[in-house]
Parts: sequence; structure tokens; C-alpha cells
Amino acid sequence: MQTTKNVLVEIEDLKVEFRLHEGTVHALEGVSLRIPQGRTLGVIGESGSGKSVTAQAIMGIIPSPPGKIVQGRVRLYLPENGSERVVDVTELPPNGAEIRQIRGKEISMIFQEPMTSFSPVHTIGDQIMEAIRIHYPEVSKKEARERTIEMMRRVGIPRPEQRVDAYPFQFSGGMRQRAMIAMALICHPRLVIADEPTTALDVTIEAQILELLQDLQKEFGMSIMYISHDLTVVGGIADEVVVMYLGLVMEQAATDELFDNPLHPYTQALWRSIPTIDGELERLSPIRGALPSPFAVHKGCPFYSRCEKRIPGVCEVSRPPMIEVRPNHWVRCFLYSE
Amino acid sequence: MLVYIIRRLIMLIPILFLVSFIAFFVIELPPGDWMTTYVSQLRASGIELSEQEAQRLSELYGFDQPMYARYLKWVQGIVLRGDFGWSFQWGKPVSEVIAERLPVTLAISLMALIFSWLIAIPIGIYSATHQYSFVDYLATFIGFIGLATPGFLLALILAWAVYEFFGFSALGLHSREYLDAPWSVAKVLDMLKHMILPLVIIGMSSAGSIIRVLRANLLDELKKQYVITARCKGMSEIQLLFKYPVRLALNPVFSTIGWLLPAIFAGEVLISIVLSVPSIGPLLLRSTLAQDTYLTGSIVLILSALTIFGTLLSDIYLAWADPRIRYGGLSR
Repeated sequence: MQTTKNVLVEIEDLKVEFRLHEGTVHALEGVSLRIPQGRTLGVIGESGSGKSVTAQAIMGIIPSPPGKIVQGRVRLYLPENGSERVVDVTELPPNGAEIRQIRGKEISMIFQEPMTSFSPVHTIGDQIMEAIRIHYPEVSKKEARERTIEMMRRVGIPRPEQRVDAYPFQFSGGMRQRAMIAMALICHPRLVIADEPTTALDVTIEAQILELLQDLQKEFGMSIMYISHDLTVVGGIADEVVVMYLGLVMEQAATDELFDNPLHPYTQALWRSIPTIDGELERLSPIRGALPSPFAVHKGCPFYSRCEKRIPGVCEVSRPPMIEVRPNHWVRCFLYSE
Repeated sequence: MLVYIIRRLIMLIPILFLVSFIAFFVIELPPGDWMTTYVSQLRASGIELSEQEAQRLSELYGFDQPMYARYLKWVQGIVLRGDFGWSFQWGKPVSEVIAERLPVTLAISLMALIFSWLIAIPIGIYSATHQYSFVDYLATFIGFIGLATPGFLLALILAWAVYEFFGFSALGLHSREYLDAPWSVAKVLDMLKHMILPLVIIGMSSAGSIIRVLRANLLDELKKQYVITARCKGMSEIQLLFKYPVRLALNPVFSTIGWLLPAIFAGEVLISIVLSVPSIGPLLLRSTLAQDTYLTGSIVLILSALTIFGTLLSDIYLAWADPRIRYGGLSR
């Protein structure tokens, strides 16, 4: 893996539990990953795989209660005056001044639902410029407004001088997501976490939004953590991909490597479940079985119950370690252990 | 927006006519009228009253005319001269009877309203943001008591308790020694002291429901995605709370101002009767029992007008507070 020099976020052995009435959900069971500077990390996983919880952990917004970080570190490496400031998010008091300094300014987030992510009774402009008003109180209201209009223009919202005073319900879904991106980028953060930002959109709009994100990354140089269940989308935008399943990272590699050489049975099964345009016409094969109960506790590999290559007596007994099978290609599977 | 308001105000006029007619009609429904009651009262007290004399009295007060004629005369007086008619029971013009009681009624109602908001809104917000905490349970408990206990019962209990423990009779508006005394600072202070109890009791009963409504709404709003969006911008929790969810959660509270307006005018009838507060509510009850047509009709008419006007106020508030309503109306 990389040296800390070009790493922005480093998550180490993170365990998060949600203690609910019905029982405890082990949302993250020891997740480790790194987000490189200025690049895009794709996170793939089904619902319940812990991808959103990982994002929430970076932002320090895991709802608590019932959520609780049981163990692990979330380190941010923030360049500051030529040196580097290291912040461990898990040690900061939730919603305290320190973490609030980071939210919106260093890290921001784009959500899946552009409809509900805006307050219906405040103007789009007001909600975008809010982050400037919070983090740069010395900036005048007029200046903040101008920056907002500029950013709205940059993300492709037509007539931003007028639209800045419009309300969210006057925007289409695609425009709202552009406004959401403008809101996330307004303070030029180092990391943008995009949590399924295009799931609620049409395919054509989705393509536009993805292209916009890539353009903006080239321009501003921020890192992107792109969370999705859609393999093709992640393959198109990410430099590196992490595959998650039930709170564990199963496989991690550069995008091309992962798509050419999926090693984990889960990743392979995922690949078989997506249609290809140029491939032979064949039946798609869904992953057999169903996602285990969220309350289940897995002593061994969490994919054991659905795996086609499982080794009885091995896989369900103890948790497989992460193994570097090829350079920078890591897999959590006993098939590749010596 | 202005056009909308004017249009709504114009629409008030036919509605008020309709309401006034219905009010008048309903009061006339029971057999007999004030005059028959009066005549039988006179006879019961031993006064010899000939049929002729009764007939003369009836004509004098216009009871010989058919209902529609009396109605038209009444409405004519209101529209042309602002004259609401004559109260037989009180032997005075209706407007005078109402005016005598209006200041006290308004003072108590408005103060109770503000009192209930001052109590209920902070408690409601705290309850929702600290759900299932001790204070939340306590507020819920008190809120349910406020909701479930009839106001007059609370009034009886508290009036007794205040007398028992403080030796202070909270009934009426004035202590006996000030009843006929000219207005002075001491008399005003004495009156304010008497107003505390009705104020607290009336305030309590509405505070209970406001706490419940606000808490439920705010809990809903707090779960919404835009709250998380705002948090992700680095907003402090308290800033965030008041800018977004509280603002939306308060809408239902303020949009019921329309229904509060008539309540403010009438005051709480039962509580006022129990505490012998001379407000308009008990007046309405007594005038109805006595079939004092014009007084009852006028109060009902004013209450209806205030209801309609209050609804208009609520609508204007909602349009102002929620752009979706504002722009939705314009595009049509």
C-alpha cells in the first residue's frame, strides 16, 4: 500500500455496532481502507455491507445512539502550513467544534436523495452559501453569494443569477443533484464523499453527473470516495475499488486489476450478475441464497453461506485474513492462503 | 399575494351573511321567545298582566313581526349603524354588554395564549431533541394531564388549593374590598393577582396539546435528510435545530392561530364560570338560556367572523412560511 505521504484518509480496523431493540447489528467488523489524495476510491457493496456507515464514520456522523464505534481509528491527514496535521475522528467529541471545522470545509458529502437533502423552505442559494458563512465568517454576504453563483455556474446550472433564489421544489432531480454538488464543493474540500449520488436519477443524467464529478476533480484536485452498488458506475469513475460485504472489506485493488482479475468468490459472483453489451447472450447468474440476517454473528467468513467455493471446516471456523495476492491486490479469502 | 388577500376578504362577505342568518335561525328554533319567558316570569311573580298588555309589549319590542323581518332589521342595523341590537336581558345595547367584558376577556385569553406558547414551545423542542430522557417523560406526563383533565375540574381543584394554602380567594376578578372601589394601583394589582389562576389553567390546557404536536412534528423533521446535510456543512447543532427542523415543525402550531382567534374572544366558558371570571363565554351561555336573541346572535356572528378571519390569517402565515404554497398558488 501507499506511504502516508499521499494518503488523505486512513481507516484502521474500524468496528461499529448499532445496538437496537431487536439486537446488535455489527455494521462494521474491522474495516481498513485508505483514500489516496486527489484520486477516487470506489466502494462497492450491497445494502447492509457497511459502505454508508464507513462514510458516516469519516464524517463523524454515525447516529449515536444506537450507533457506537467500538474499536479502530479514522485518521485524516490534513496538510497545513507545509506540514501535516493528523486528526483521529473517532477521538473527537461528536458535533464538537473540532469536527465541525472539518465537516463542510475539509470533507463534504453528496447524498443519494437530492429531493430530501435540501430544506424545502429555504432557497437553494441560501443552503449552498451556508458552508461559506460557517467556515469563513470574514467573507461578506455579497461575496458569498457571488461565489455561490459562480459555483452553480461551474456545476452546470443554467441562469445561476436567478436560480440562486429559487427553492428546491423548483429544480428538477438532476439540477438538484448539481446544486448538491455545488453545495459540497463550495469550500473546496479535500474529500468529497458521494453516497450513491446517482441512484435516484435517470441513466442519461447519471452519466452527466459522473462526468461533472470527474471534471471537477481535475479542476479542484479533491479526493472522491464514491459509494455505489452499481459496478459499472464505480468502474467508470474510480481509480481504486474496495468491495465490501457485511461490514468487511473483501477485496481491494486498482480498478482495472479488479475488473480483469476478480479474485474473491463474492467479487466474481458480482461480476457474473451484471449484463454485458458485447458479451455472449447468456443467463445472468444471481448470487445464490439471501443476505444473512443483520443480527447474525459470523465467526468465519461472512460470505460462507452463499459462497460456491467454500471450504467446509475452514471458512466458517475463523475469519480469513487480508492477503496480498498480487502487488496492491488484496483479498480476504482462504482460497489464496498458503 | 395582495390580490389573493383582497379576494379572500371579499369572499368573507357572503359567508358572513350566511352565517348570521343561520345563527339567527337557530336561536329562533326553540318554541317561544324572550317575551314569552318575560311575561310568564312577570305572571309568576304575581303581577297581573292582561293579554292586551302582553300583546303591547310584544309589539313594542317587535316580536309580532315574522322572523325574516326581524332578521333583516337586525342585519340592517349592523351594516348601516354598527348597531347589534338590544339585549333584553341586560336592558342595554348589545355592543355595550360585549364591550364591558371584552377587555378582560382579551387580556386573559391573549396572556394565556402567550403563556402557553412560552411554556410549550421550549418544552416541546427539548422533549423532541432529548427523546426518552427524564425531562421528556415528565413533559409527556404533564402534557397528558393538561390534555386529559377537564379545565373546569383543574379550576375547581386549584381554586380550592389556593384558598386552602394561601388563604386567597381566587374567584372573580376583584377581592371584595375592591369590588366597588374606584380604580387604583392597588386594585389593578389585585386584579392581576386574580388573573393568574385562570391564565395558568387556560394556558395549561392548550400547552399540553402544543407540546404533543410540536414534539411529534419535530421528531419527524429531525429524521429528515436535510438535517444531516446541514450537519455535514459543519453547522452547530443548536444553529441547525432552529434554522431547519424547528422552523418546519412550528408551522402546524402557528397555522392553528385561526382557530385560536374565536377562542381568544370567547374565553374558556367552563373555566370562566367556575372561577367566576366575567368574560364573554359565560355571557354567551346565559344569553342563550334566556333566549336573548340579539345578544346571542351577535356573539355567534362575531365568533364566526373571527373564525373565518383567523383562517385567512393562518393561510397567509402558511403562504409566507412555506414557499411551496406561495409559488403553487401563483402558478395556478
